[in-house]
Amino acid sequence: MSPDKLVRMANQIATFFHSQPGQDQAERVAGHLKDFWGPEMREELKVYAQKGHDKDLDVLVRRALPMI
Amino acid sequence: MKDFIIPWDDDRDLGTPAKTGAPVTLSVDGVEVTVPAGTSVMRAAALAGIGVPKLCATDSLEAFGSCRLCVVEIEGRRGTPASCTTPVAPGMVVRTQSEKVKKIRRGVMELYISDHPLDCLTCAANGDCELQDMAGAVGLRDVRYEAPENAALANHVTPRNTSGEANPLWQAKDESNPYFTYDPSKCIVCNRCVRACEEVQGTFALTIEGRGFDSRVKAGGPLDDFLSSDCVSCGACVQACPTATLQEKSVIELGTPERSVITTCAYCGVGCSFKAELNGDELVRMVPHKHGEANRGHSCVKGRFAWGYASHPDRILHPMIRDSIDEPWREVSWEEAIGFAAARLRGLQEKHGRKSIGVITSSRCTNEETFLVQKLARGVFLNNNTDTCARVCHSPTGYGLGQAFGTSAGTQNFDSVEQSDVVLVIGANPTDGHPVFGSRLKKRLRQGAKLIVIDPRRIDLVKTPHVEAAHHLALRPGTNVAVVTAMAHVIVTEGLYDEAFIRERCDWDEFQEYAAFVSDPRHAPEAVEALTGVPAEELRATARTFATGGNGAIYYGLGVTEHSQGSTTVMGIANLAMLTGNIGREGVGVNPLRGQNNVQGSCDMGSFPHELPGYRHVKNADVRAIFEQAWGVEIDPEPGLRINNMLDAATSGQFKGLYCQGEDILQSDPDTRHVAAGLAAMECVIVHDLFLNETANYAHVFLPGSTFLEKDGTFTNAERRINRVRRVMAPRNGYADWEITQLLANAMGAGWSYAHPSEIMAEIAATTPGFANVNYEMLEERGSVQWPCNDDTPDGSPIMHVDGFVRGKGRFMITEYVATEERTGPRFPLLLTTGRILSQYNVGAQTRRTENTVWHQEDVLEIHPHDAETRGITEGDWVKLASRSGETSLRATLTDRVSPGVVYTTFHHPGTQANVITTDFSDWATNCPEYKVTAVQVSPSNGPTAWQEDYEDRARRARRVLPAAE
Repeated sequence: MSPDKLVRMANQIATFFHSQPGQDQAERVAGHLKDFWGPEMREELKVYAQKGHDKDLDVLVRRALPMI
Repeated sequence: MKDFIIPWDDDRDLGTPAKTGAPVTLSVDGVEVTVPAGTSVMRAAALAGIGVPKLCATDSLEAFGSCRLCVVEIEGRRGTPASCTTPVAPGMVVRTQSEKVKKIRRGVMELYISDHPLDCLTCAANGDCELQDMAGAVGLRDVRYEAPENAALANHVTPRNTSGEANPLWQAKDESNPYFTYDPSKCIVCNRCVRACEEVQGTFALTIEGRGFDSRVKAGGPLDDFLSSDCVSCGACVQACPTATLQEKSVIELGTPERSVITTCAYCGVGCSFKAELNGDELVRMVPHKHGEANRGHSCVKGRFAWGYASHPDRILHPMIRDSIDEPWREVSWEEAIGFAAARLRGLQEKHGRKSIGVITSSRCTNEETFLVQKLARGVFLNNNTDTCARVCHSPTGYGLGQAFGTSAGTQNFDSVEQSDVVLVIGANPTDGHPVFGSRLKKRLRQGAKLIVIDPRRIDLVKTPHVEAAHHLALRPGTNVAVVTAMAHVIVTEGLYDEAFIRERCDWDEFQEYAAFVSDPRHAPEAVEALTGVPAEELRATARTFATGGNGAIYYGLGVTEHSQGSTTVMGIANLAMLTGNIGREGVGVNPLRGQNNVQGSCDMGSFPHELPGYRHVKNADVRAIFEQAWGVEIDPEPGLRINNMLDAATSGQFKGLYCQGEDILQSDPDTRHVAAGLAAMECVIVHDLFLNETANYAHVFLPGSTFLEKDGTFTNAERRINRVRRVMAPRNGYADWEITQLLANAMGAGWSYAHPSEIMAEIAATTPGFANVNYEMLEERGSVQWPCNDDTPDGSPIMHVDGFVRGKGRFMITEYVATEERTGPRFPLLLTTGRILSQYNVGAQTRRTENTVWHQEDVLEIHPHDAETRGITEGDWVKLASRSGETSLRATLTDRVSPGVVYTTFHHPGTQANVITTDFSDWATNCPEYKVTAVQVSPSNGPTAWQEDYEDRARRARRVLPAAE
């Protein structure tokens, strides 16, 4: 999948959980990614972040990455 | 011979509608009968097994009392009252037969027959005519009335007199409607058609013009015929007509049917019950089943009349294969086609891995078929790559309602609307998309319930005869969340919420956080007015009306879900219902109006890649264990690919093969070029459908499908009602769809041995708690049942969350508005939103192959006159519609139904290619595409774009079929 799209989708999820109360937003982003994205997509996102593109990702996605 | 009457199969016309008062006992012809107060004497007699002759009465309509055929004698009362308009009273003694009433009835009949043609033997209603029956029932033997000699003809029956002069009272048949005729010469002016159009359908297209002997039924105004009038061709008038005056053309052509089978319509999510009436295996007509609990005897033009596609010459009846998509199709045997498909799929898995193939289940097919297709992915392909077209319509409903209430379904039955006081319709257009529910809603609104419409477009409901919305919020597309949150702001800050309900039924701490969030002044109607385009005062008034108006019910559609924030809006709607205590009883609730017949069912059956049947995530080992034990395989614990992920993965070379049942993803999914590129990159696309649809242009295997008339199964409608689909004729393609999936599975080594869909339902019930007590015997007995249906709720669940939410406490979710990334700008200054029209359905594959095209031959672009004028566009012009994704051309129509800055079109015709325009933005939670907001520009054009012409040409080439080999 194109990295742009992957990043956009992940950031959209993060945007929602930013608005939610509590201290566990990153965990909830990770939970959503694990529940709805297949492992291949999660892996692609991780690889993309590891290639030094993690600044494109919302802070919640970055914090969620190790948990997916 | 029938020796007993199944209660839901008793089709007798009891004359007047049922009432609900306290029991009253009376005697009719010596038979004692107890009925609810308010019941008519006629109905009481019928319930006692005594039929009183009648013509103007029928139990779908309130009594009218015009024909005087139903007169009776009542002890202690003077005269001969009409039994249809006389309510029962305790101890009443009624005599339906006496010399006096018999004489009156014969006199009445004699007058009717004196102005009625006596061509019974050649009449289309012969054997199915209440006038004929009544003439027999009252013993009419002679008609004494004749036109006087040397006077003008005084009848409506004879076109000319004996001298060949035209009879000015005679009118020719109106054959303008494609499905039924109106023959004024046979009309007895009983008013049943006019009343059906008003009371049942709510269109008010018919009236009686003239007085006395000049009275005639008239559609529309003086210059109208049925087709040009407001008539929506729902068939209610035809159903109500006691004679051949309003008659189906199919009956005129084929004769009266001799047998009938009760089944379920395969169009929208209302799921109307119909009687398919046949001669042999030839379908003569579909008539709405009066005991159908979704439709209560009503129908729309699609279900009632638009079934001709089933025998359309375009239908493919033989399997076809080809090595590559630039070759013509080759017709082959089933064995060869299935063998070819199975070998290719297994080959792809061997070469590219287990996860390189997947399935798409259909929301048009039955529960049993859908269950098998997802089982094929999970149990035979051994991956979770299964998705359904519900992805692109109601997946946010699944997520949003799941989060708030704990289950993904509408909370009510359709009958519930009869108890509603305020109805909020948001992002739905019931009179076009869900017409039978639309009629039931309009009936309630005419009784005084208030209506709120939140929609960028002025849908018909906003102002229609005897119905007017109290509030219409014509919001800017894409701002649903802002509007819904602002309504909550008003309800919370003005103290209009139902604290007792919230304390008892919801999580109070979460409510506190939510209340603090919505109370923030940035969510005030005044603060969001500039963004949403909704006047603050109007929004405040709307919120007050909803919160304080009594039973508040919310109905929503794809105008809610098909947005970047679709799931958030669904949560916002759930918040509104919980805030106002509108959950868990009749007349209230949250009701997603499902687009296709079995959207609910396809979601229930585990079509989504992350969940097994019954909305249980694949990560749960205990749930997997149930299916692993039943199927003898190991189920992948990780979610599979969604439709758009499959296409993305195909483009990048990881996804290679797809079995697509009953969905045309190329036409219905967004960003057509992207879908086409994904399909073109696959090495085995199997399309299983009735027609060579647009997706089939990219297919290697075509498996011909069967229609809903040709198979057994069940559909689950928008109210969670499991309705039986019954086979009324043999599959013209040779196999029912579930058999075809089984053939493919077995060719891949599955070893399935289902002999009938009831066996599949047994497997569903055994594995899925909400369906535990569902089986075909029960459906035969009861007609239908609403899930959950198990030991806790053996009779099913008309209303959900009655004593508590499925998840325990109702959950308020914070709904922050986030603007979609799809924005207008100088290049694309207008917002396009899309929708449906009454006469067409979805991508039109079925309805375009019926006479419904007389109402809608092409998709047109609705544009506000102001926007049209600044662009030099006039009515009917070809215009180019361009977005960042692509461009297409269609004709424009100028209307103030849309606000300036907003344009609207439908997506029923492949030639229009509306989805070339839509983008690949999608809902944050579910990836449901954002069909409802696309930034566009509109400019004058000469005709179809190069893409459209190119597409036509490519489609023509892709559909070539080689003659069958000898």
